[in-house]
Amino acid sequence: MSGPAADTGVRQESDQRDEWTEVIPADRLAQVGLGIILILLVLAVFGPIVSPYDPATQDLSSRLEAPSLTHPLGTDQLGRDVLTRLLHGARLSLGIALAVTSVRLVVGTAVGLVAGYAGGWIDEALMRLVDTLLAFPGIVLALVIAGILGPSLVNVMLALSVVGWASYARLVRSSVLSVREREFVTVARLLGHTRTHVTARHLIPNVVAPVVVLATLDIGGVILGTAGLSFLGLGAQPPTPEWGTMLASGRTYLRQAWWLVNAPGVCIMFTVFGFNLLGDSLRDTLSPTQSAQMEQL
Amino acid sequence: MIEPDRDAFEPPSDTPVVELRGVSKSFSVRNSVLERLSGSDSSAKAVCDVSLVVHPCETVGLVGESGCGKSTLAKLVTGQLTPDRGQVRLDGTRVGGVSDRSAGQCRRIGVVFQHAGESFDPRWPVGRSLSEARHDADMGSENERGLGDIEQLLCSVDLGPEIADRYPRELSGGQIQRVALARALAHNPDVIVLDEPVSGLDVATQATILDLLADLQQRFGIGYLFISHDLAVVQYLADRIAVMYAGEVVEVGPADGLFGDPNHPYTEALLQAIPSPDPGVAPPTPLDGDPPDPTDRPTGCPFHPRCPAATTECAERHPEFETVEGTRVRCFHAPEATGECEEDRSYQPNRSTRSSRIHD
Repeated sequence: MSGPAADTGVRQESDQRDEWTEVIPADRLAQVGLGIILILLVLAVFGPIVSPYDPATQDLSSRLEAPSLTHPLGTDQLGRDVLTRLLHGARLSLGIALAVTSVRLVVGTAVGLVAGYAGGWIDEALMRLVDTLLAFPGIVLALVIAGILGPSLVNVMLALSVVGWASYARLVRSSVLSVREREFVTVARLLGHTRTHVTARHLIPNVVAPVVVLATLDIGGVILGTAGLSFLGLGAQPPTPEWGTMLASGRTYLRQAWWLVNAPGVCIMFTVFGFNLLGDSLRDTLSPTQSAQMEQL
Repeated sequence: MIEPDRDAFEPPSDTPVVELRGVSKSFSVRNSVLERLSGSDSSAKAVCDVSLVVHPCETVGLVGESGCGKSTLAKLVTGQLTPDRGQVRLDGTRVGGVSDRSAGQCRRIGVVFQHAGESFDPRWPVGRSLSEARHDADMGSENERGLGDIEQLLCSVDLGPEIADRYPRELSGGQIQRVALARALAHNPDVIVLDEPVSGLDVATQATILDLLADLQQRFGIGYLFISHDLAVVQYLADRIAVMYAGEVVEVGPADGLFGDPNHPYTEALLQAIPSPDPGVAPPTPLDGDPPDPTDRPTGCPFHPRCPAATTECAERHPEFETVEGTRVRCFHAPEATGECEEDRSYQPNRSTRSSRIHD
């Protein structure tokens, strides 16, 4: 026990260093989720370039055609190729989902950091605002906001952003409260480092993992929310090829053309499914008990 | 190993590196609305009027039961807390809490906590934590102690350079404690506050860490404020010992004198509570009663309700320090209060007994 050699434990293999970036290759469900998301991204980026059709050009001579070789997913009531519209819609849906989630994440994290670090009446005020927002059913509040602002895609994004940041703020605040009491934060302060240094180097990196999990799970919800509001006519307006709008306009032809409703519906389902799978397995790996166990090792 | 830049030993100079002057700290206890209306103000007095100095190259041991204010005192020194009354001085300069101290003042004090693993960022390899502690000390300083880079730092605490790439959770208790010590050394402090630094370790590891501490002090001339409830550990390392009871220092003096011939009844009671390895000796006598409630302290001497030698005077007046046989004691009856059982008391200062502890 007296020398360094006796004191040196056997080096643990790197599988104990699980960080959220290293989780994915190990987990089958996460792989499936990530695969779905990657395929969607590729389709969204390159699909519209490859497609020979235009999403808005009408061709009334080929209305409501069933799926065929020329139109793999058929045509809609105005003769537009459904697959092309879906691919363009993927760009919109994913773009909106990422944008709204980013706004929620940034705003929520900022509010949570301020509340957790400042404490006192600032904390009280911010958290009561968060409580108020969380007391409303999100989609109903978004409906009201989008309704007041008027139907457009940008307004739907605004409404969804306003509604959703509260849970990030609450999560970040509680993480900050527990992390800042930990000894390594105290030590960093005792070394004479500034609050900014401690926040940037120690606090934020140690609260970011659960936030990333929440964001991944949240993306699915945002996609559903956008589609839902668009379905109700508050979001994207025709002829914009948005999945929710396509669902709404296809509903009228449910009996004649099943593909009109099913195609965007299945797309929405798979996208949400992919993000939820990824988020779930990230959460399982980073759940408080398990990460605590990881640190104990 | 590395060459010490300074002389191996510097005699304690006159200026203490850390000085506490009449420091007090109380914590307000959240009352219920009813209690607040009735006007009863209860605040827990954690530290009362403590004066203590630590010189360079000196180890001051701070002992006492759990809850006697040892750790609060440490936090007052490091600046995690600010005193309600009294002054904390670093090298003769009065300092406030950690947010009022300059970075240079903060780095005069190193800290090592009991749970060293908790005091490292779990997301960083320990080498990065060391260089974080090192970073600002490098700028403009003459690299006084030859602990220039991380490898040398680790080497000075008997660890190999490969440790720098490990994460805190990958290190054993003894290793992480050494790394914590290396971090405390990284910024060339004048004094290191050691808050129960070996309490979580097994006896053999304790011994190596204690030897390492003694060795580092010899090499670098650092003062230690060593806090522990383990009397044998304190006695092994400390030059002077301060005994705390209910937030007050009741006896302070040279380690050998204080443990060999205690003058305060509480010090004696602490020593008698140590189990002896000798089977012929009577089992340890634990102290009766509980430490006082910090919100409702006894009048007079805080120890009088549990003191075998207490008189009415003890309950009425608060004793001041007197110098008895080289130690400073806060007791009206020193040294007679401890004299009567001196003969049958079997505790001998024994530097090899590291496993015995007072009852916690």
